[in-house]
Parts: sequence; C-alpha cells; structure tokens
Amino acid sequence: MPDQHNKHKSKYTLDRGMPGAFEGETITRRRFMTGTAHGAGAIAAASFALPALGFAFGPIFKSNPHRWEVVGNIDQFPDNNYVPVVITLQPSIGEAGKSTVYMRKFNPEIDTDAADVDSHTPYIAISSRCAHVGCPVRWVDASERFICPCHGGVYDLLGRRVGGPPVRPLDRFYTRVNGENVEVGPRFSVNSQLRRFSPRDPGEPLDGIGQYMYPSRPGAQKL
Amino acid sequence: MPKLPAPPLPAALKTPPPRPGQQNANAGPFEEAKNASITVVDWVDERTSLSGAARWLMFRKVPKGTNWFYTLGSATMFAFLSQAVTGVFLAMYYRPDPAGGAYESIRYVTNDVFLGQFVRGMHKWGSSVMVVLVFLHMARTFFFGAYKYPRELNWVIGVVLLILTMVMSFTGYLLPFDQRAYWATIVGVNINGTGPLIGPYLSDFLRGGSEFGATTLSRFYAIHMLLVPGLIAALLGAHLYLVAKLGTTAPPWTKAEKRHELRETEVYVPWRTHQQALILAARRPCDEPAREGGIPPRVLDAEGAGQAVLPLRRRQGLDHGGDRDGGHHHDVARSGR
Repeated sequence: MPDQHNKHKSKYTLDRGMPGAFEGETITRRRFMTGTAHGAGAIAAASFALPALGFAFGPIFKSNPHRWEVVGNIDQFPDNNYVPVVITLQPSIGEAGKSTVYMRKFNPEIDTDAADVDSHTPYIAISSRCAHVGCPVRWVDASERFICPCHGGVYDLLGRRVGGPPVRPLDRFYTRVNGENVEVGPRFSVNSQLRRFSPRDPGEPLDGIGQYMYPSRPGAQKL
Repeated sequence: MPKLPAPPLPAALKTPPPRPGQQNANAGPFEEAKNASITVVDWVDERTSLSGAARWLMFRKVPKGTNWFYTLGSATMFAFLSQAVTGVFLAMYYRPDPAGGAYESIRYVTNDVFLGQFVRGMHKWGSSVMVVLVFLHMARTFFFGAYKYPRELNWVIGVVLLILTMVMSFTGYLLPFDQRAYWATIVGVNINGTGPLIGPYLSDFLRGGSEFGATTLSRFYAIHMLLVPGLIAALLGAHLYLVAKLGTTAPPWTKAEKRHELRETEVYVPWRTHQQALILAARRPCDEPAREGGIPPRVLDAEGAGQAVLPLRRRQGLDHGGDRDGGHHHDVARSGR
C-alpha cells in the first residue's frame, strides 16, 4: 500500500526497516550505487568529450602573432592615388592566403580625421575585402571609388561607404617605415568616423550599438 | 520456428509444395540453395527476433487515399543514401590539402579516374536533388496537415534534418577548393558572422581561427563527412521510427466511411472542440456528408433550429459514439489506450 508506506517514511534507513541499516544513515545503498554509477559515467564521458570540444573550439581563443611584410620602397607610393600590392594574410594555403592591399602615402590634407592622425600609419593601406560579405573590391582611378563586383558596394578615396550594402568603411592595415622599406602589419577596422577598432569580419557594423553586438575576438586584436 | 511471410508472387510462379514422400527426390541444387538461405534467415531470426521488427516497420496499415506525394520522404532518404555511398567513394581520392592538393585531387577524380566524373557528378547534382526533395517533402507535410498532433516531434526532427542538409551543402561546397568554392565560403562564413553576439565566434569556429586558413578546409571536410552525416543518419532513424510508430495521415480531402450501424444510431453529442464551434458558426450545409470526425447531422439540425451547441474541452465527447475503425486515421483519437 503506497499510502501506508508513505506515512511511515522517515529519512533514516534504520527507521524504514532496511536490512543492515546503520544508525544515522539517510541514503539507501541502492540510491548511492545508482548515483555513483551515473557519476562515474558522466566523468568518463566528460573525460573524452571536453578535450574534444576544447580541441574544436580552441582556435576561437587563440591569438595570432602579428606579421609585418615589406611591400615596397618609400618613394613608390603617391599621396593622392592608390597603388595595389599583394600581401600574404595566411601562409601555408598558397594563393588563397594572399590578398590585395591598396597603398598610398599619408596625406595631411585629406587624412584629417582624428583616427588617421593618431593611428600612426605613415602610409594608408586599405584592405580590398569588401565590408559587406568579403568579396574583393578594386580601386577605379577614373571615378576615384572602390567598387565591389559582387553586390555593388561603393567606397570613396578614404574607404568610406558611399553606396551599396556595406555596413562600414573598408578595413585598413597598420603600416610602418623600416629604413627605406614600407611594411604592412595587422589589419584593423574603422567605423564611419574612421575611429579604429579591433579587426571585425565583413558584414559587422561598428557604428552605435554595432560595436557591442559584434564584439572583438581574442584571435584578432588591434595594436 | 517463425517464418518470414511468403513474397507476393502470382500463383503461376509459385512452386507447388512437394507431395509427401517426394521431398528428397525433388531437391535440385536450386531447391537446396533456397532451403539453405531460409535456414540462415531462420537461424538469425531465432536469435534476434528481427522478423517481428521488420514486419512492424514494413507491413504497416496505410490510410485510404495514400498517393505518390507520400513517397517524397523515402525519395529524400534515398537521395541521402546515394550521397553517402558516392561520398564514401569520393573520399578514397579526395585530399583536403588547401595548398593546391584539394583542387588537384578533384581534377584527378574528374578527368582521370575511371567513372570519376560520373560518381562526382552524382554527388554534386545529387546534393541539389536532395535539397529540392527535402523541400517538397516538407511542403507535402505542411499542406496535408501531417505536422499536427501527435506528429509535432517528427516535424521538429524534420526541421533539424533540413538544417543539417543545408550544413552539408554549405560545407561540401568548399571542398573542390576552386575560386567559386573559396569565395562562396568567404561570403557564407561572413553572412554567418552577421548574427549578433554569437555570430563572430561562430565564424571563428567555422574557419578555425580569425582568418580563412590552413585548417578551414580540413574542418569543413570533417564536418561534411563525419559529423553531420552521423547526425543525419541518427535523426533519420528517429524520424522513420516515429513514422512507423504513429502511422501516416490520410490526405485532407479524404472522407471517412461511417460504419453502417453508426449511421442509424447517432446520439446528440455536443461534438468536439472550439474549433468545431467555429465550423458550426460557418453554417455548414446539412446535406454535405460529414467529414471524418466531423459533426453529425443531428448536431447541425439543432444548430439550424436555433439551439446553442456548446464546445467541450479538448477530447471530451470524442469518446462517445466513436466512428473510428483501425485507429490509424489522422483525425481520430485512440481511446482506451
């Protein structure tokens, strides 16, 4: 009778008349064994599942070393027009790891935004990766615009969006002068005021709430 | 010893059973082989009882009106099996090497391997076939109302299978590693990243880092040929189990046949749910034959005379009268189970 059974239920196994019960014992051995078996199973499963998950998700948290690459001589780049250079973003994957960067000398007359001045870039290096979904843009000299062939993104001389679907200006690269050589370093993103942010993927806006909705990641930080 | 059911052959093709005493005289090598195979099947069945499960799965009652639209689910499954088989054989030649090896191995399969272009073509075009079939199957389920109680869970599993099919298409697209594959993946991963908060991390997970790199291709390859096919196979099993367990639905235009004795002795029962109170409000003509589980004419008569017909909660009232037979029609509750 379940009712009768419940009426006499005490938390002590001794009171419940269990054979071999100890004084003060509250948990039945059956329950203890069940719990132990489940716990052991959970530990065994976790011991291979957790390392495997960490293995798969680890690259998200890995920060990459900064690479600096020589792209040309200091006299090679004018200050009012872009010169395309090819840099290697990812070694070890061949041609797929290379990307075009548009280079020009810093020009105090047009690079007047505060971010330009304090980003320590003696040369302006504009990434050819469209800020919409990442197609390669090209610099069209005649119209003085960067134009994306995929979905019609258009950017001006400073890489700011003037038309199409992109959500922020074109990304830039840090540059530095090493003797006679110009070097291109890590990438950073800018918002529509050309303020610097850690590099974001295309399609992630940086104005207003955007910078919080699309947080920077450990694997890619600005200098 | 349990026997498998005899195959449904026309009588002319069936061999007559041997007369008593002739059994040994008649036994040629064909007869011997047939007996041997039956013996093997019986041996396995005696130890596993699999014939019961096979009969439960294969010899089900299906509702009247079942038509060609009901084959879209199995068509999708066979598209998946075709993808699995061709994929396994493509994996014998494919090399997930981003520095040119992947493209080269695909080129080798396409141009040099015997039947390589054919097998790769089956895999490539079959993927589109599978996506189209998934959507047709989903449309059939939706328009026939086959997602309703008690089949909601099967709809949910089906949606997960749809998503997994899309993941297969997305990850498989990168593997040829040509320009189209590369840029489509760049664009696809970046669309992924536009999801707020979680998006950027998901992109990093897909690429195996903050940039498209050396591990991206092997990651996509592992997801494409190990992770997702296993999940699809497991969920497909669950999907099929639920189909066998719950049965299929009748098409929505099918009307149930009433048993003769019930036509004469209909009782006044405020029939079913709010839903049917709404149907009453729509003033269904009385001469139209009642649909399966529908409102008997007596109820409609009362409505015509201006009496109120109160809706009952849920399935109350369904347990009266009960014009149901096998219990496998979609609109009829199974009482007493």
